[in-house]
Amino acid sequence: MSEHPMIRLVDLHKSYAGTPVLRGVDLEVARGEVVCLIGASGSGKSTLLRCVDHLEVPDAGFVEVDGELIGHHPAGPGRRLRALPERRIRRQRAGIGMVFQSFNLFTNLTALENVVEAPTSVRGLSRAEAAREARELLAQVGLAGREDSYPRQLSGGQQQRVAIARALAMRPKVMLFDEPTSALDPELVAEVLNTIQTLAGRGMTMLVVTHELAFARDVADRVAFVDQGRILELGPPQSVLTDPRHTRTRAFLGRLARPQTPAGSRDDR
Amino acid sequence: MSARDIPLEPAAAVPETMPDTVPEQARPRPRTRAGLAGSAPGTGLAPGVPRPDTPIPAGRAHPWRWAAGALALAIVGAGGYSLAHNRAMQWDVVAEYLLATPVLEGLWLTVWLTLLVTTLGFLAGIGVAAMRLSANPVLRMIGVAYVWFFRSVPVLVQLLFWFNIGYLYPTLSLGIPGGPTLISGSANDLISATTAAGLGLTLHEAAHAGEIIRGGILAVDPGQVEAGTALGLSRSRIFRRVVLPQAMRGIVPATGNLLIGTLKGTSMVSVIAVNDLLYSVQFIYNRTYAIVPLLTVATAWYLIVTSLLSAAQYHVERHFARGARREPSPSPWRRLRTLGHGARTAWRSR
Repeated sequence: MSEHPMIRLVDLHKSYAGTPVLRGVDLEVARGEVVCLIGASGSGKSTLLRCVDHLEVPDAGFVEVDGELIGHHPAGPGRRLRALPERRIRRQRAGIGMVFQSFNLFTNLTALENVVEAPTSVRGLSRAEAAREARELLAQVGLAGREDSYPRQLSGGQQQRVAIARALAMRPKVMLFDEPTSALDPELVAEVLNTIQTLAGRGMTMLVVTHELAFARDVADRVAFVDQGRILELGPPQSVLTDPRHTRTRAFLGRLARPQTPAGSRDDR
Repeated sequence: MSARDIPLEPAAAVPETMPDTVPEQARPRPRTRAGLAGSAPGTGLAPGVPRPDTPIPAGRAHPWRWAAGALALAIVGAGGYSLAHNRAMQWDVVAEYLLATPVLEGLWLTVWLTLLVTTLGFLAGIGVAAMRLSANPVLRMIGVAYVWFFRSVPVLVQLLFWFNIGYLYPTLSLGIPGGPTLISGSANDLISATTAAGLGLTLHEAAHAGEIIRGGILAVDPGQVEAGTALGLSRSRIFRRVVLPQAMRGIVPATGNLLIGTLKGTSMVSVIAVNDLLYSVQFIYNRTYAIVPLLTVATAWYLIVTSLLSAAQYHVERHFARGARREPSPSPWRRLRTLGHGARTAWRSR
C-alpha cells in the first residue's frame, strides 16, 4: 500500500535576497518513519521543514506528501508548476501538523480553544464533538485539568504539549517539529520529548529538527545532517551520530559535545 | 500609634542568638523546644504557617512620602477653597444654566457629533489601515499619502476649508458618469455648517484611527498568523479569531484617548457656528456677560462626559485583556480595598 514515500522532497532550492539557503535537497521519508534533521544554525533545516508545509515556497524543486504535490498543480509537460488556489493549499496544510520552536499558541484563547479552533473551522466538526476530541488529546499529552488555562498561565513545556495536541487535532498524516525544545528550560525538555516519542511509537511519520542528539539516537529511524543547504549525510543514527563519514559532521558533533563554546550555541532562526 | 498598642515581649526574653538586625515590629518570641527542632512535626502547626518565633519583616516607614502627600493636599485644598469662595465664580449662575435647554441642546450635538465622527472615522480608518498593510504597492502609497495629508492639516483649517467648499465647487452633483445626473445642488446648500464639521472631523479621525489600527495589528506576533496558516485556517478566520482580538488590546486604550480627543475637538466646530456645547454657552454669555460661570458649565459637562467615556474604556480594556496576563487585573472595587489595606499597613508600620 505504501508504494510512495510519505514525504518526498525533490531538488529543493531556496534563496533569501540572493543568499542561497537550500541548495538542492532530496529526501524521502517512509510511512511511519521518524527522521531527525541536525545541523548548525543557518544550515537550512528550518527552511527545509517550512517548505514541506508550504509556509515557504521553494524557488525550484517540489514537495510531495502522501503522493500529493504540495502547493501546486500536478506537473504537466512544461517545467513551470502552477500554484494551487489558496483553498486547496489550506486543505493540504491541514493534513500536515507543524510544531514551532516558540509554540505560537493563540494567546487570546484557552488551551482547549486553541485545540478546538481548527477542527471546527477546517474539519467542520461541531463544537461539542471538537471539544470532546480536544479534551482527549490534552489528556493524552498529560494536560487534563488545564483546558481552561491561557497559554501565559502554562509553563513552556506545557505550552508546547498543547501545541502538539493542537496539531494532532487535525489528524495529520505527518508531523513536522521545528526545534520543539530549543525554547525550553532544560528540566522541561524531557516532558516534550517523551510526548514526541510516544507519537513515534504509534507510527506517526515525523520530520524533527532538533539539537537533542540523545533524542535523535533513541527515537529517529534515520538522522540527516544538514550543512550549507544540503543533506550532507543521511543514515541510521548509530552511523551518523557515532561514526560520521564526513569531517564536517564530525566537527559539528564535536561542537555540540562542548555546549559551552559559542559555536555550539543552540539558538537557531 | 497602633504599633505601640501591641504588647511587645520584654527585650530580655529575646534569646542572644537572635540577630540584632531583626526589626522591632517582628516581636520575636522565646524559642520553644519545637521551634528549635526546626519543623512542623510535633508543633501541631499546619505547614505553611510560620513558627511562632520566626521573624516577620515589616514594611519600611516613609515619613517624607506622608509629608509630601500632606503638602500637596494642602495646596490643592487651598486652591479649591479659593475657587469655591470667589464671588466672581457666581455658582448660582452656574447652577442656573447647567441644565438649561440651550446648553443641553448643545451638549446633545456635541455627543452625537463625537459618536458619529468616531464611528465613521473608524470605519474609514479600517480601510486606511488595510491599504497601508496591503501587499499592493499602489494601495499602500495611497494609504500613506492619506495619513500624511490629513494628519498634517490642522482640524480647524480643514473645517474652514469644508465650510467654504462652495468657492471651489459651486455645484455638487451625483450621477452616473456619461449618464443621467441623480442629485445636483449648490454646494452651500448641500454642505451645511454641521455637514462641514462632520466631514472635516471624520477625515481627520480616519487618519488617526487608521494608524491606531495598523499599530495594533503590527504589534501581534507574526508567529500567531503562521501557526494559524499551518493549521489550514483561512486568512479571514485567522484575522477574526486571533489577530484582531489581540490587536484590540493595543487599539482600545489608544481609541479611548482618541475618542476623548474627538469629544474635545468638536468644540472647534463653534467657529463655523455649529451649535455645539461650547457655542451654546458662548451664545448665552455674549448676551449675559457671565463668561466665567458659563465656561464653567461647559467645563463641567466636558468633565462628566469624559469621565463616562473613561469608565467605559476601562471595562472594554478589561474585556480584551483576556489571556494577556497570568492573573486577571483586579476590579476597581478590589483595587480600592487593596489600597485601603496598603494604607492601613503603612500606617501601622510607620
